[in-house]
Amino acid sequence: MSSGNGNYRVLGTRPRRHDGAEKVTGSAIYANDVQLPGLLTGFVLRSPHPHARIRSIDTSEAEATEGVFAVISGEDFPEVADKVADLGEGSVNLSHLSGNVMAKEKVLYKGHAVAAVAAVNIHVAEEAASKIKIDYEVLPSVTWVLDAMADDAPLLHENLCTDHMGEKDEKPSNTAVHMHFEKGNVEEGFAAADVIVEREFKTATVHQGYIEPHVSVADWTTSGRLKIWTATQGAFTARQQTAEILQIPISDVVVTPCEIGGGFGGKIAVYVEPVTALLSKKSGRPVRISMTRAGVFEGTGPTPGSFMRVKIGATSDGKLVAGEAWLAYDAGAYPGGMIGPGCMCVFSCYDIEHAVVDGYDVCMNKPHTQAYRAPGATQVAFACEQVVDEIAEQLGICKLEIRQLNAAKEGMRRVDGPVYPRIGLVECLDAVAQSKHWKSPLEGENRGRGIAAGFWFGCGLKSSVSASVNHDGTVNLTEGSPDIGGTRTSIAMQLAEVLGIDTFDVIPQVVDTDSVGYTDVTGGSRVTFATGLAAYEAGLDLQQQMVGRAADLWECSADDISVVEGEFKGPGKSASFKELAQELFKDGEPLVARASVAPDCATNGFAVHIADVEVDPETGKVTILRYTAIQDAGKAIHPSYVEGQMQGGAVQGIGWALNEEYFFNENDTMDNASFLDYRMPTMLDVPMIDTIIVEAANPDHPYGVRGVGEPPIVPPPAAIANAISEATTTRFYELPMSPPKVWKGLSETS
Amino acid sequence: MKDFDYAAPTSVQDATALLAEYGERARMLAGGTDIIVQLREGLRDAEMVIDIKKISELMDLDYSAEAGLTLGAGVPCYQVYENAEISAAYPALADSTHIIGGWQIQARASVGGNLCNSSPAADTIPSLISLGASCRIAGPQGEREVPVSDFCTGPGRNVLETGELLVSIQLPPSTANSGSAYERFIPRNEMDIAVVGAGSWVQLDESGRTIQEARISLAAVGPTPIVAQQAAESLAGQEASEENLAAAGGLAREAASPIDDMRGTTEYRVHLVGVLVKRTLARAVARARGES
Amino acid sequence: MAKTVLVTTTINGESTEFLCKPRESLLEILRDTLGMTGSKEGCNNGNCGACTVLIDGLPVDSCLVLGVEVEGVEITTIEGIADVGQLDPVQDCFLEGAALQCGICTPGFIVTARALLDKKPDADEQTIRFDLSGNLCRCTGYDKIVRAIQAVQESN
Repeated sequence: MSSGNGNYRVLGTRPRRHDGAEKVTGSAIYANDVQLPGLLTGFVLRSPHPHARIRSIDTSEAEATEGVFAVISGEDFPEVADKVADLGEGSVNLSHLSGNVMAKEKVLYKGHAVAAVAAVNIHVAEEAASKIKIDYEVLPSVTWVLDAMADDAPLLHENLCTDHMGEKDEKPSNTAVHMHFEKGNVEEGFAAADVIVEREFKTATVHQGYIEPHVSVADWTTSGRLKIWTATQGAFTARQQTAEILQIPISDVVVTPCEIGGGFGGKIAVYVEPVTALLSKKSGRPVRISMTRAGVFEGTGPTPGSFMRVKIGATSDGKLVAGEAWLAYDAGAYPGGMIGPGCMCVFSCYDIEHAVVDGYDVCMNKPHTQAYRAPGATQVAFACEQVVDEIAEQLGICKLEIRQLNAAKEGMRRVDGPVYPRIGLVECLDAVAQSKHWKSPLEGENRGRGIAAGFWFGCGLKSSVSASVNHDGTVNLTEGSPDIGGTRTSIAMQLAEVLGIDTFDVIPQVVDTDSVGYTDVTGGSRVTFATGLAAYEAGLDLQQQMVGRAADLWECSADDISVVEGEFKGPGKSASFKELAQELFKDGEPLVARASVAPDCATNGFAVHIADVEVDPETGKVTILRYTAIQDAGKAIHPSYVEGQMQGGAVQGIGWALNEEYFFNENDTMDNASFLDYRMPTMLDVPMIDTIIVEAANPDHPYGVRGVGEPPIVPPPAAIANAISEATTTRFYELPMSPPKVWKGLSETS
Repeated sequence: MKDFDYAAPTSVQDATALLAEYGERARMLAGGTDIIVQLREGLRDAEMVIDIKKISELMDLDYSAEAGLTLGAGVPCYQVYENAEISAAYPALADSTHIIGGWQIQARASVGGNLCNSSPAADTIPSLISLGASCRIAGPQGEREVPVSDFCTGPGRNVLETGELLVSIQLPPSTANSGSAYERFIPRNEMDIAVVGAGSWVQLDESGRTIQEARISLAAVGPTPIVAQQAAESLAGQEASEENLAAAGGLAREAASPIDDMRGTTEYRVHLVGVLVKRTLARAVARARGES
Repeated sequence: MAKTVLVTTTINGESTEFLCKPRESLLEILRDTLGMTGSKEGCNNGNCGACTVLIDGLPVDSCLVLGVEVEGVEITTIEGIADVGQLDPVQDCFLEGAALQCGICTPGFIVTARALLDKKPDADEQTIRFDLSGNLCRCTGYDKIVRAIQAVQESN
C-alpha cells in the first residue's frame, strides 16, 4: 500500500458536501424531525436524589391521566446478566448499562431515569410524570473523586471490588479499577535528574455540549421487529445495546441513524432508545423522546473530573528522564470511565526513558461518564504540559525547544506498551517554529503566550461499504458511519480518487443496520481513516471487476488492461470509467462491489496549539487574543473539514479551560444544568482560530490519512494555562480557570 | 408547561380588571423571555397569562429633550438602543439594553419586564435608578408613581399590589454636562447573568472638572438592586479624578451584601463592585465631557 | 382546560391559520402542528438560538414566543429564507465555506445572519460576533461561520 503524498485529483480539494443543501435549508431529517402516523411524545422522570433506594413506585395516577398511553419504570425492563459486551470503542457491563437507562433498586445520581410516560404531547406527558409517586430512602452521597476513594465513603455498588490489573481486592470499594504501567526504572531516573517538578491538579466535570439533545423514535408495534430512528454515533452499537437491554435478538432490531446534531463521544451509549421501545410496545403506538437540556446535563455522560499528580525529572540539558503520574478519574455512577486513555496519553508526547503511571477509575454519585473527544487526554495534557513548561522555566530553556528536544518519534515505546510507527509530532513542532503566530512578538501588559502538545491514538475498528454502479456511470456508495462533520463527503472523495471520477459522481448514503455490513461507531477519529479505507478497497474491487468485464468485452486478457487515472486502457481500446460502466450495463451482471475492513492499528494524531491571552487582573477574566492550532492529519482529504475539526476542538478546549464545569452543591446535585450557567463559548468569546495542517503520512492508509477529530481538544487548556502563566507569572492547577479563581490566584500571589 | 388561559387586553382598564379578578393566579406577558422560562420550569405559576403588547400605552416610546423619556412597560430593549437620541440622552440604559441576552432576547425582552421580574441581577434596574427613573403604575384604585429605586422589595418581588400593572417608566430630561454608564461583570462576553452590575450617573459642572452630583446603583449584590448612597454622596463637589472615582468604588463596596453562589463568591463580588463602579463612573464622566 | 385559540398569521409570505393551546410555543407550533421542522430545539430556554425565526424582520427565539402571540405578525423561518429552488447568498456562502459540521445550529445561524446583513450590511467582525452571540455552535468553533458571513459581504 503506498502512502505517498502524491498529486491527487480529488483529495485535497474542497467540494461542497453532498448533504449540504439539506442542512442549510433546514430540510435534513434529524431524529426529532421524523414524522410517523400516530406518534406519541414521551417524557422521562428523573431522580431528585443523588443516592437513594427505591422503596416503591406507584404509576397508577399517571396511567389514569387522560391523554396518557403508557407508563414504564425499571420494573418493565428485563433482568440483564452482569456480563461485559464489546461495543466497539470499549466494552460495557450490560447490567450497568441497563441500570443506567432506567434505575431498578437504586438511583445513583440526581437525574437518574426512574420512569417514563408516553402521551399525546409533551405537556400531558410531563404533567402525568409529575403524578408518579416514588418512595425513596435517601442515602449519603459523594461527588469528589478523592472523597469517593476514602475508606468511609458511601458505597454505590455493594459488590464492586477494586481490580488491580486482574487481581481483585476483597473489600468493596468505589474504586473499580487500578491500572499500573511502567517502563524503565523511575528511581534511577529521578536520581539522575537535575531538576524535578511535581504538581497536583484538579479538573471539574464537563459535558460534550452538543446542541442537539438525545432523541429517539421507536416503533415496536406491527411487524414484531423493533424499528428505531435515533441520534447516534453508531447505529450498530445502538442496536446491540438496545437488544441486550431488552433481551431480544439483535436481528429483531433495526436502527436508522438520523442526521445527528453533534456527539463528541456522548451519543454512543443508549439512553432513550430502550425507553421509547418499551413505551411503544406498551402503548401500541410509535413514541419519540427528545431529552430536555437539563436531562442531557444530568442524565447522560459528561467526561470525568479528575485529581492528578504529575512529577517529571530532567537533566540540565533539558532531557526529560523520568515521569510519574497518579491519576484518579470520575467514572460516575458505574465503573468504566476514561482512566485507560488517560494513562496512555499522559506522557505520550515525550520520549521519557523511565516512567510509571497509576490510574484509578472511581465511582461516585454523578452521571456515568462517557467519552468526550479524546477522552481522558485533555486532563493529563493540562497536567503534563504545565510541568514540562515549569521544567523549561527552571532550566532557562525555550519552551518550544524543550518539546522539540524530547518529542516522541518513530520507535519510541509508550509507557503503556505500544511502539510508535511513523508519527508527526516533530513536524508539528517545526511548524510552530515556522508559524507567523510564533514569529510575531506579543506586546502589552498582562499578556502571555503559551504552547502545548497533545496526542490521541485514533483507532481503526470495523467498517463495511458497498458500491454499486448506476447505469449513467455514477456510483452509489452505501456506508454505515453517521456523518457528524462531513465524513460522507471525505469518504466519497476517497472512492472518487481511486476510481478516477468526480466527487459528485459518487452518491454517498449513510444507511440503517439492515442495509449495510457491520460498522463501528463514528468516533475515535476513525471514520475518514477506516470507512475511507473500506471505500478505497471497494473501489479497487470495482476496478478489478470492470477490468475482467472489459477483457470479455474487448476480447483480450485482463493482464493486458491497465487503469491509469480512472481510464481503462486495453490493446487498441480505451474507455473512461463512465463510458465503460455504461457499456457494461447493456449486458451481464450489474456492477456491485464491496469491502469490509478491521484495521488493527492506531492512526496516532499529534497536535500543538499556540495561545496568546490577556488577563484582566482586576476581574480575573482571560481573553484569548490569538490562537493557532497545528496538527498532523497524515493527509487532509477535505482540508476545510480537517480545519473544522481543529477549530471546533480548540474552542471546546477553550471553554473547558476557562468556564465550563458542573457546579455541585452541598446536596451533591448540579446547580447549573442549563446553557445559561453551563457556559460554553459564544461567538463573542473566541477569535478566529488559525490552522496549520501538517501531513506526515500514515503508513497504514493508502492515502496517508490519520484521524483528526480528537487531538484538537487535547492541548487547549494546557496552552492557555501556560499562556496565563507567561502573562501573570501565576500558574493555575485547576480547571476551569474561571475569573473568580484567576482573580483569587492573582491577588494571593501579588 | 401547565395549562393556562391567555388574554390580550387592549386597554389598561381591561388589564387591571383581569388582574384584579385573577390576583396571584395571573402573570403578565411582555417579551416573555423570563416568564415563559419560569412557567416552563415551574418556577412561577399562572392560570391566566395576560399579554400586554396590545395595550398602546404600554408599547409607546416617547422622547423629547424637554419632557424626557416615557418608556412603555412592554417596549422591547432593541427599540431603546437603536434610537440615537435616547441612547445619547441615557447611555446607561442603552448599555443595559444592549447586553441583555443576545439579539434574539433583545428583540422581545422589555425594560418594564426586566423591572417587574425584579431579579436582583437585572441589568436595566441600576441604570434606571441612577438615571432617576420612576414607575407609573395603574390599578383598580387609580394610578400612582413609585421611584424605581423603591420598586423592588426582594428577589422576584416588588411593590405591585393585586390588580396593579406597570404602565410605563419615566426618565427625567437629560441635562447638559451629565453622563451615565452601565457595566456588568460576566464570565463570558455575552449570554450570562450579571455576577455584579453597576450603573452610574454623574452631573459635572460646566468646566467638566468637578462632579456636582452622582448616583450609583448596583445589581446582583443584595436581595434587591442597591443604591450606593454614601459612595455617590462622597463625590459631590469633588474633582472627577481617577483617585476620587476609585475611592467612590471603594465606598460602594460597603453598600453591597452579596451572597455566595455558583456565579460568584461574596469576596469576589464585593471586589468587583469597586472595580465596576470605578469603571462606570469613569465612562460616565467621559460621556459627560462629550469624550466618547 | 384552557380554551383552544385560532391564530391567523403570515409565515414565509403565506397567510397561515392554526389552532393551539396558549401554552404551546411558536417552536412547537412550527414543528409539530405545521410540520416545519427546520427550526430546531436545543435548550428550550432561550440560550442557544437553534430555534431562531424572524418576527417582523427581527430574530427571536421561537421557544420563548407563544403560538398565541403571533396573531397578525410576519414570520420568516429557515424554510422561507430563500425562494423555492434557490439558495440565499448566506446559505450559499455557508456551503462554500464549510461553515457547518453537524448542521443542527445552521438554520438558526442562517436566519440570524440574514437579518444581520439586511440591517448592517457592513458589519465588522466584532459586530458580527456580538450580534450572533445568541447562537451557539459546538462543532465549528465559529471561525468558518464568521468567514462565511464576511464572504457574503464581499460578494456584494
